[in-house]
Amino acid sequence: MNDESILKVKNVSKSFSGVQAVDDISFELSKGDVLGIIGPNGSGKTTLINLITGFLKQDKGTVVYNGEDISKWMPHKIADAGLVRTFQFMRPYHTLPAYKNLIPPLYSKRASRTGLGNLGDRDAVAIDILEDIGFERDTRVPFKLAGTLPLGYLKRLELGRCIALKPELIICDEVFSGLSMSEIVSMVPLMERLQEEGITLIMVEHRLRELFRVANRVIVLSFGKKIFEGFPEEVFEDEKVKEAYFGGEDTYVFK
Amino acid sequence: MQELRKERLDRGVKVRSESIYAISSLKEIMFIIGPGLLLAALLLILPLFVSSYWQGVLKITGVYVLLAIGFGFLANYVGLVSLGGALFVGVGGYLSGGLNYFFDLPMIVTIPIAAVGGALICTILLLPALPLRGVYFAIVTLVYPMALSRIIVATGAFRGTDGLPGLERFPVGIGPIYLIFIVILICLYLLSRLVNYEDFGLVLRGVKDNELSIKASALHLTWYKIQAVFIAAFMGCFAGAYLTHLYGWVGTSLLAQDFSILPVAAAVVGGPGTIFGPLVGAFILVPISEAMRDYGTLRIVFYAIILVIFVVFWTEGILDYLKRKYEQFEHWVEM
Ligand SMILES: Nc1ncnc2c1ncn2[C@@H]1O[C@H](COP(=O)(O)OP(=O)(O)OP(=O)(O)O)[C@@H](O)[C@H]1O
Ligand SMILES: [Mg+2]
Repeated sequence: MNDESILKVKNVSKSFSGVQAVDDISFELSKGDVLGIIGPNGSGKTTLINLITGFLKQDKGTVVYNGEDISKWMPHKIADAGLVRTFQFMRPYHTLPAYKNLIPPLYSKRASRTGLGNLGDRDAVAIDILEDIGFERDTRVPFKLAGTLPLGYLKRLELGRCIALKPELIICDEVFSGLSMSEIVSMVPLMERLQEEGITLIMVEHRLRELFRVANRVIVLSFGKKIFEGFPEEVFEDEKVKEAYFGGEDTYVFK
Repeated sequence: MQELRKERLDRGVKVRSESIYAISSLKEIMFIIGPGLLLAALLLILPLFVSSYWQGVLKITGVYVLLAIGFGFLANYVGLVSLGGALFVGVGGYLSGGLNYFFDLPMIVTIPIAAVGGALICTILLLPALPLRGVYFAIVTLVYPMALSRIIVATGAFRGTDGLPGLERFPVGIGPIYLIFIVILICLYLLSRLVNYEDFGLVLRGVKDNELSIKASALHLTWYKIQAVFIAAFMGCFAGAYLTHLYGWVGTSLLAQDFSILPVAAAVVGGPGTIFGPLVGAFILVPISEAMRDYGTLRIVFYAIILVIFVVFWTEGILDYLKRKYEQFEHWVEM
């Protein structure tokens, strides 16, 4: 791990007709970091991701990625630069077979630059990637229509789309939620492997125990504000965090 | 004694999924390309056996087929509901007619220029509407031809309501039928290859399924829509140029709503599951509509009834139904 900064979020704000969804949030990320972002429902986590990846435009603030101000870039250009994201509500191409879902990212300019996209047949590369993320190669699963796949596979497919772009930074929006315990247990090593490959990760999660296995830093959001930043061990000693979680109506079971 | 059992014909062909085929015999090759060959043969033989009145109907049908295929391609494979048939025909028609009338260019030059240049013009006109989805995009494509027709009438451009007369005409006979049928066959072949086997086509289908995922895949969403619209506009503008030199005349009737609406009906009747469907729909609707010419505007009632039947009772469409049955064919194999 080195200290080279990969992402700087500076005073970013966004409101939706009166609702301050993201309120003056700043943080910084070094290459190889795994940052966890947690917070109650509606605290602005997904909105923050949309702002960083260009799917929404911020009212105020800047996002700097690899030294460049990407605040005004279009989403595809940001993805092309290696900053990719998953969607909390999975967005497969449901009329295409699972492995064909990886063709669009492999068709991108980024994929041909990084070599993945023109390693001969894109189909073969797609199936290799699917195998890496837990689609059993010699079964019918990779060939099923994405619309018929169970949730666990769709979450993996979201990650697959990111991996096909050979990213530098992946932002995962709740890839564990909705999964069974055994599915999560099988996904944690995948996240750890991405980290070992030197990919920087931001993980938005509600499943804290699994998150803290991989994250080395945590940010807590509440009503759009950053109320805590620090190491995972310290989170629950913080008064504001306890207030945000236990004071509100959300009931969370920690540890 | 040998034991036999029934097996679906596509059993050996469709190994693992819809799109991976393992072909091992001539029979299986025929299973896949057979329907296409049959269609091509029908289209090429048909003109030889019809009266000169029906030859005329076939030419008009060809025009609508191109529009219907373009509509089906955009709607079913890219997710763009375009009612731009009249826009495409109008721009293609006025371009080829204008070049012929004002610059005396022969139609062998004006038709290709009108197809490519018209497609370019239409794509540029539709550019601002491309971020819109569903009915909003449809409305814009519908409004353009109305506006253009008013502008032509109001300003007298292209000789206003009189139109441009005395343009070069196709020779009589079946030659022009073959011209448009061969263009149709080429378009069908290329488009069905595109959406079934080409990665570019898969990206377009991705645009239909999920625009945000396309953006997240580092792909420029609008650029792919531009290319798709260009393809459909190319076919439509060719159809317009063809019509111009069929009649030897260009006027605001080229911007009529029929060119926008009938292709939609044809695509619904044919079914959304194939590139070929809209062709079948057009071949059913246009001749019936021609036969009902005497009833004037009552034809609209007839369209409405057919549309209701298909939208409400037989949503699958004719070709999708046939395709499903075809794939369920069984044959006897040894146990
Ligand atoms: N497009 C939108 N239009 C209006 N309000 C929005 C929009 N997107 C989000 N919001 C509001 O902004 C706030 C933050 O929403 P966001 O989805 O970012 O929360 P979240 O932390 O991701 O929640 P969850 O844990 O449920 O995923 C919520 O109050 C939400 O209602
Ligand atoms: Mg969220």
